[in-house]
Amino acid sequence: MSNILRVENLSVALDGETILKNVNFEIEKGENLAVIGPNGSGKTVLLKTLLGIFPHEGKIIRAERTKLGYVPQKIDADRHLPIDLENLINAKAAVLGLKKSDVKEATDAVKITDKVLKTPIGHLSGGQFQRALIAFAVLGKPDIILLDEPTASIDQLGEEQIYELIHELQEKYGITIILVSHDLSIVYKYATKVLCLNKTGVCFGPPEIALTPEIFKKLYGQEHKYVHHLHHDH
Amino acid sequence: MTIDVYSVILALLAAATAGLVGAFALMKKTVLAGDVMSHIAIPGLGLAVIWNLNPIVGGALTLFLGAFMISRLEKKTALSSEAAVGVIFASSVALGALLINSKEELIDALFGGFKNIPPGEFAFGVAASAVIFATLWAMRNKLIIGLFSEDLAASTGIKTGTINFTFLILFSLAILVGLRFLGALLAGALIIVPASAARQLTHSLGMFLGCSVLLAIASMVAGLIISSVYGLDLGPTAIVVASIIFALSLLKTKK
Repeated sequence: MSNILRVENLSVALDGETILKNVNFEIEKGENLAVIGPNGSGKTVLLKTLLGIFPHEGKIIRAERTKLGYVPQKIDADRHLPIDLENLINAKAAVLGLKKSDVKEATDAVKITDKVLKTPIGHLSGGQFQRALIAFAVLGKPDIILLDEPTASIDQLGEEQIYELIHELQEKYGITIILVSHDLSIVYKYATKVLCLNKTGVCFGPPEIALTPEIFKKLYGQEHKYVHHLHHDH
Repeated sequence: MTIDVYSVILALLAAATAGLVGAFALMKKTVLAGDVMSHIAIPGLGLAVIWNLNPIVGGALTLFLGAFMISRLEKKTALSSEAAVGVIFASSVALGALLINSKEELIDALFGGFKNIPPGEFAFGVAASAVIFATLWAMRNKLIIGLFSEDLAASTGIKTGTINFTFLILFSLAILVGLRFLGALLAGALIIVPASAARQLTHSLGMFLGCSVLLAIASMVAGLIISSVYGLDLGPTAIVVASIIFALSLLKTKK
């Protein structure tokens, strides 16, 4: 199978500071790539660079006509913004020239109720807000969805529901997922490949092989409790 | 005071554009920066007096120069737009006060006046208003996504830099249309105050935009009537009316 995305020697410098250096990875269609690394390791910058928000050196090679969707880590949405999800979704549909049926398919796929659609964005709960962002990302049927810690601001139950939802969408539409996550149990459960990032790529491969205690030491500067636990389970 | 129908039409158009641009500026959190922008017109008004030009031509000259400089300063330095606008604003007011050496003309430049306007200026005002309405309508979807999140806008293929710059130009145009009536100090007020009141009173996007435009027009109509009956200046009267509407809007408790 051919790669849907290949990244070669990707380097990004912002305001003269090197954020990413010589990052390499590749994924095939329908794969789930987890990106892990300590704070400030460039995970968010990597996603934004893939989206074309930051200038870069090196190559980002996407399969032809690949569309991207994005679920950002956090949005400082003004609580008083008089905008609801319906406004946002319709705006995106208009910008991309989509039909009403596409909008309905996206909101149905993410199980968004009419009530949530018409609630001002700032009044949504953490879980509803994440769902809203995923619906926005899914609209237009992207081939790859980039998610930046999609559950950072919600409780554990909501978190599981969000990951289940992402998994469902992936199964249903064959979407390729690139997911930044702190939660290693999620990485082991869903990821087909993992990229360890600390400005540069520290590891890359299937999680069972790539995530060794040595890698964790290199990545976080200490042995990670979690990896022992999981490796004992294996 | 004789009331010229063309001036009245232009004053109402100025109010409508200010209300609409103000609603978007409020959501973009750029109202105050925008208000201060209007002060950049002051040296232009001064130059217009010296060179015997139409004041709107002079105002336009420095306003667009200011808009350009602000966007350059933001890009080329680590300054926030607040600081960039602040520096240009302060120097504009000082320069303007030096250029305009008649006290009476300075007051007119700052607070505006309701004078009969030449046909060329009327035509400009109508054209500028049409450009503001048409452009905002055309880019409304991109603006909405961008003011929610610039990253999401970028991921949708929207060039947020272009959208923001276009909005700055529309903002400057809205100030120019209102400049004759409200003066450099108050032109921004009709952009801020009705939009703020409308925000208090409405919950949905459509209602907010409509309400902001209506309140701005209502302030201007009341300002025209009250100022002509009591022989007051139009600009300050209209803004006081708008402020009273805002104060009343506070009575409505938001959930």
